[in-house]
Amino acid sequence: MRDALGAVQRVLVLGGTSEIGLAIVDELVSSARLVEVVLACRDPSAAAPAIERLAAVGVSARSVAFDARAPETHAAVLDDAASAGDVDVVVVAVGVLGDQETLRRDPVATAALVNVNLAGCASAMVASAALFERQGHGRLVVLSSVAGLRVRPSNAVYGSTKAGLDGLALALADSLHGSGIGVVVVRPGFVHTRMTAGLDPAPLSTDPQTVARLTVEGMRAGRTVVWAPRSLRWMFLVLRALPAPLWRVVSARG
Amino acid sequence: MADRRPVTGWGRSTRSDASLVRGVGIDDLRRVVTESTPRGVLARGMGRSYNDSAQNAGGVLVDTGRRHIELDPSTGIVDVGSAVSLDELMRSLLPHGWFVPVTPGTRLVSVGGAIASDVHGKNHHVDGSIGVHLESLDLMTPDGAVRTVAPADPASAAVFWATVGGLGLTGLVLSCRLRCTPVESSRVLVETVRTRDLDHTMRVLVDADERTRYSVAWVDLIAGGAALGRGVVTLGDHAPAESVTAGDPLTFSPDQLAAVPPWYDVSLLNRLTIRAFNELWYRKAPKHRVDELQPISAFFHPLDMLGRWNRLYGRRGFVQYQMVVPDEATETVRATIETLVGRRVPSFLAVLKRFGAANEAPLSFPKPGWTLALDIPAGVAGLPDILDELDAMVLEAGGRVYLAKDGRVAPELVEAMYPRLDEWRAVVDELDPDHRICSDLDRRLGLRRRSP
Repeated sequence: MRDALGAVQRVLVLGGTSEIGLAIVDELVSSARLVEVVLACRDPSAAAPAIERLAAVGVSARSVAFDARAPETHAAVLDDAASAGDVDVVVVAVGVLGDQETLRRDPVATAALVNVNLAGCASAMVASAALFERQGHGRLVVLSSVAGLRVRPSNAVYGSTKAGLDGLALALADSLHGSGIGVVVVRPGFVHTRMTAGLDPAPLSTDPQTVARLTVEGMRAGRTVVWAPRSLRWMFLVLRALPAPLWRVVSARG
Repeated sequence: MADRRPVTGWGRSTRSDASLVRGVGIDDLRRVVTESTPRGVLARGMGRSYNDSAQNAGGVLVDTGRRHIELDPSTGIVDVGSAVSLDELMRSLLPHGWFVPVTPGTRLVSVGGAIASDVHGKNHHVDGSIGVHLESLDLMTPDGAVRTVAPADPASAAVFWATVGGLGLTGLVLSCRLRCTPVESSRVLVETVRTRDLDHTMRVLVDADERTRYSVAWVDLIAGGAALGRGVVTLGDHAPAESVTAGDPLTFSPDQLAAVPPWYDVSLLNRLTIRAFNELWYRKAPKHRVDELQPISAFFHPLDMLGRWNRLYGRRGFVQYQMVVPDEATETVRATIETLVGRRVPSFLAVLKRFGAANEAPLSFPKPGWTLALDIPAGVAGLPDILDELDAMVLEAGGRVYLAKDGRVAPELVEAMYPRLDEWRAVVDELDPDHRICSDLDRRLGLRRRSP
């Protein structure tokens, strides 16, 4: 159960090896009320290092198998996470970047990426909301991306999935406004992680720890949208308003 | 469920959804309790607990609907329903020359909630908390049976004391027999002393132990250095009839002066406004004044004059921290105030008071010594760690925090703060083996070990 100062006791990370997802867990550990962390990932053994690290700071963590591509199993994963008590936070941190050059020529790979990033996440979000409704409380953290705010050709498929995810999360937040259930839509810019290794960093790039800090701060303050870094909000206010010819020029670099 | 609604405590810093139902008659209440959902049921009164103690996420919150007030004017024992507010009770008792034996800082609490929190008032050092003024109470236990339990009845005393301060987790309190205090007027004779520093504040309070029924100190939590712990001590007792020169001495009809609009959501209480208020409050107090005649409402319940004042803390709300430490732990009181002043924690209302003897309830908060209570905006940077530090100091000194108010104590500290927790658990486990009674507080702290 979440306390009056926003500290939480049980967290589920869908995409339990995600660097941002784990950084959010670390940020929540610092509030010293965390009892259990459940890391849901495709290969549960991949979560072992994180589980060990959490155990070292006295937080019990375990992993469960989770496949974004198998929506029929999602409700069961949520129930499993809640087996020892209420889940206060679900972090949806599932996402594949893909290589746009390959995707451009591969309809099957394109559909597969959309299936993970959008269909899988959407299903997980609906399953989480259902659990929270039964519990009467909960916080759903959805890792969106500024890539979805105005989709660049060089990042078309990934960006589109994030656009869809962002829209769904905002709509869910609106429908739950004022209730005991909250939705936090996190919009990071370029984050230095395994996923982006080898890519040229975009302006205002950041790291998972900063994203996590801003996310947890935003969650405590009851914000629906978290930009990381914060200045991206203003940058995208401008970018989204650019006329198409200008946008094509700007978006072509990087 | 159709009537599912978001519910918070008075501090507005915890929020969860529950189904609100109002019991119409005993059979209806029995049905609610015994047919409860997997998330259980809990009685909720006026929602004035600062924390999540009257919340039940995903479950049912029930208004017991017990609203009778039957006073025996010859004995001063009133049979009162749990849904009656202390405000209503005072309005009906005072014309007959009786007053509630204990009142917290607000009249707007239900009788049931007052029992579940075992509330105390400015007279704790003399009269104890509300639990010791009860002849008996009627409790609907989780099996749906209605039992009359009394401290003097060996067969039911354990359930009685588990219910007093039991945070609503033993069942639904339906009504009680409360022994009232005879009064000649609805006024209080008040002495006010403005104090220089903490030693002065504490000395005035200790001196008042023997001679004054009601005593409390407001402490300025902005002033540091030599002025650390300065404040305003108010002492009082019920005024005799002859001190009221005009009108009926027992008249009691307090009004709310104003109310914050129900939609108001912007924080007005920050370090700046709180500093200004503290300075003003300290300066406007007389250095020493005696025999001031104050209405009961002004002396006991000044905040009730402003409706929905909790909204002044804005969207994130606030927490109340209240601790008690033994008499000898004066240095812990000093260290607590030093920490709050030093870390620049803005507190609009800090109150220091003496506690007298504890009662027999295993989860009752008061015990002999010093109690300090303060309201703090929930968004203050670093607050979780600061309050954890205070908890450690309080526990080290043999003290504890008030579970009916606290929204953030570490669950693992509760057993040390309340050493009789296991005794309480044993009684509640027997009353409620299926865990039909649930609350968010219980879920958060694991009072019953594990909640559904």
